[in-house]
Amino acid sequence: MAKLIKQGALQDTDPWSTDTDGYRLVTLEQWQNERDAVLAELSAGRTGLLLDSHETADLIGDDSRHFPLIAVNFPKFADGRGYSAARLLRERHGYQGELRAVGDVLIDQLFYMKRCGFDAFALREDQDSSDALQALSTFSVTYQADVGEPRPLFRRR
Amino acid sequence: MYVYDKHDQQLLNERVAQFRWQMERYLAGKIGEDEFLPLRLQNGIYVQRYAPMLRVAVPYGALNATQLRALAQVARDYDKGYAHFSTRQNVQFNWPALEDCPQILADLAEVQMHAVQTSGNCIRNTTTDEYAGVIAEEITDPRPYCEIIRQWSTFHPEFAYLPRKFKIAVNAVPGADRAAIQVHDIGVNIIRNDQGELGYRILVGGGLGRTPIIGTEIRSFLAEEDLLTYLEAVIRVYNQFGRRDNKYKARIKILVKALGVERMQELVEAEWQRIRHSDSRLTREELERVAAHFTAPDYTPLTDEPQELVSARAANPAFARWLGRNVRQHKQAGYAVVTLTLKQKGTAPGDVTAEQMDSVATLADRYSFGELRSTHQQNLVLADVEQRELFNLWQEAKALGLATPTLGLLTDMICCPGGDFCALANAKSIPVAEAIQVRFDDLDYLHDLGEIDLNISGCMNACGHHHVGNIGVLGVDKKGEEFYQISLGGSCGGEHSEEASLGKILGPSFARDQMPDVIARILDFYVAQRSDGESFLEAYRRLGHTPFKEAVYGKAD
Repeated sequence: MAKLIKQGALQDTDPWSTDTDGYRLVTLEQWQNERDAVLAELSAGRTGLLLDSHETADLIGDDSRHFPLIAVNFPKFADGRGYSAARLLRERHGYQGELRAVGDVLIDQLFYMKRCGFDAFALREDQDSSDALQALSTFSVTYQADVGEPRPLFRRR
Repeated sequence: MYVYDKHDQQLLNERVAQFRWQMERYLAGKIGEDEFLPLRLQNGIYVQRYAPMLRVAVPYGALNATQLRALAQVARDYDKGYAHFSTRQNVQFNWPALEDCPQILADLAEVQMHAVQTSGNCIRNTTTDEYAGVIAEEITDPRPYCEIIRQWSTFHPEFAYLPRKFKIAVNAVPGADRAAIQVHDIGVNIIRNDQGELGYRILVGGGLGRTPIIGTEIRSFLAEEDLLTYLEAVIRVYNQFGRRDNKYKARIKILVKALGVERMQELVEAEWQRIRHSDSRLTREELERVAAHFTAPDYTPLTDEPQELVSARAANPAFARWLGRNVRQHKQAGYAVVTLTLKQKGTAPGDVTAEQMDSVATLADRYSFGELRSTHQQNLVLADVEQRELFNLWQEAKALGLATPTLGLLTDMICCPGGDFCALANAKSIPVAEAIQVRFDDLDYLHDLGEIDLNISGCMNACGHHHVGNIGVLGVDKKGEEFYQISLGGSCGGEHSEEASLGKILGPSFARDQMPDVIARILDFYVAQRSDGESFLEAYRRLGHTPFKEAVYGKAD
């Protein structure tokens, strides 16, 4: 299993990283083509959505609320589209489930990911998990609004 | 100028700690080269031809004397005793050691300076008019808006990995473009609407580089409080839809061109309508809080044209010439705006030594309330000088080599570091600038020529803004040899006109040693053809391209 940080802690187990017990991720395309079938299996809480970096949040929109987990893929760490996707899922589409960064997920982007609404991070294999945990609390001050704090600093000074 | 409170300082201190930690992990082999790249870039560090280059931010060109002394100290402690002012009003050090950079940034943080987002695919330093706050023509002081943009863009969590770099500029003078806003990713023009309300006209998709484009209006009026939400909407659209497959097609200008401005406008409006009433909407309190940092200094009640000035001008033609060229009308009676030109013959445009920086800091303390500005023409400005002190200031500036009376003239060139320093360059640019400075060093001739923007870039990335030079020079590589292509007729708007234009290539390129002669032919033709008081650009626009081409290359037949 990939190193998984969730709710600020390193996880020992992760049902989503195995194929057992029926946990699986569907792609946006599968959701769009097989909507009824996917909806039917969602009640078991074991079907998540994989959003790739070229797929914008509005393509799933408020339907995101059906899923217990949405994984946003970062094919390369420098591809920043996933930050907007995460933010829009949380702030616009009311998504409350687990929002997981997957793919080229590196320590030095975690703080921004967290601010954009990710609460789970499947680190790339070579990443040091204790450094990753440290990176999640890099800054104690932020200028802008974010998913965790809707008021920008100028409304909090 | 803006002074940090505990939040600003805390944030910067945490940034210094973050980068120190990242550097340690990089040096320990825990971060790969490719993965370290954006981290160092967003802390101002390029790895250049001979050494790393550190680009320190000078937010919208505002500096105080203490900060300038700190920069001088960095030049002495970590570099070769000099620094370079860039066309983004920033300061570059060409020779620091990579492993020293975290400590340099720690030193700078003590004087509220940093290198945050001076490079990388993120929102860069916002630029504006170097005369902000001291000229009567402006609608309002643009600096508070620049500072508000600075804070909003600093460590913006969503926009640190954009398709490409993103530059914003702000102009506040009607009928002029004093910050080249038409060639920025977003240009913000502060205006008043018909009801007299303050707001902004927003341009999008301008830029230089490989594909030079003049920005297009995307919103004719935006209310004052809506600035940040609107910027957020534009950049969110860009972050989602800008191309990422080809870095040469990744700037927002390419997206705007591909979509068409109407479609871009629809996307931005739709996004903005959904966030415009969020808590990110600016408050009157915040606008006032930031504006309070930019109030006028404690001016002495004085009158224009004091006796000290009048008699010194009458007695000293060289002083009079400097006054006419490098000193500008101030909105406060008895004061003047002085530009110290970093264009001394024999030094690269924008270069200053540590000693000069210390001396300028002293001048700022003595004559201008301890503050100064850097300009996108790579000069320094003392914005609040008493007219009765101008002669004293001139004498001191002259002794420092900072009073070359050529502001806006041919030899007040904009020039990138070029192949002498930059790993991207196709050709050297500084030797071309020097050869032109040497050839055209007759002040009478330069003053007779009048205002000409001559801009030199060492490659098509256009850091020397050659596309918007009245005379633009671009270094090109032909089979391993350096050649120079000339374009004419470019303009970034400027003081007298808000109409920007892109230069048109004159013809085949030239070897470096031909350049002074070629420039001379162009100038001779202009002098022969101009009518009374007609500037180079006006003459070019009247006569057209072909006569200039024929003057340089001969007639085609």
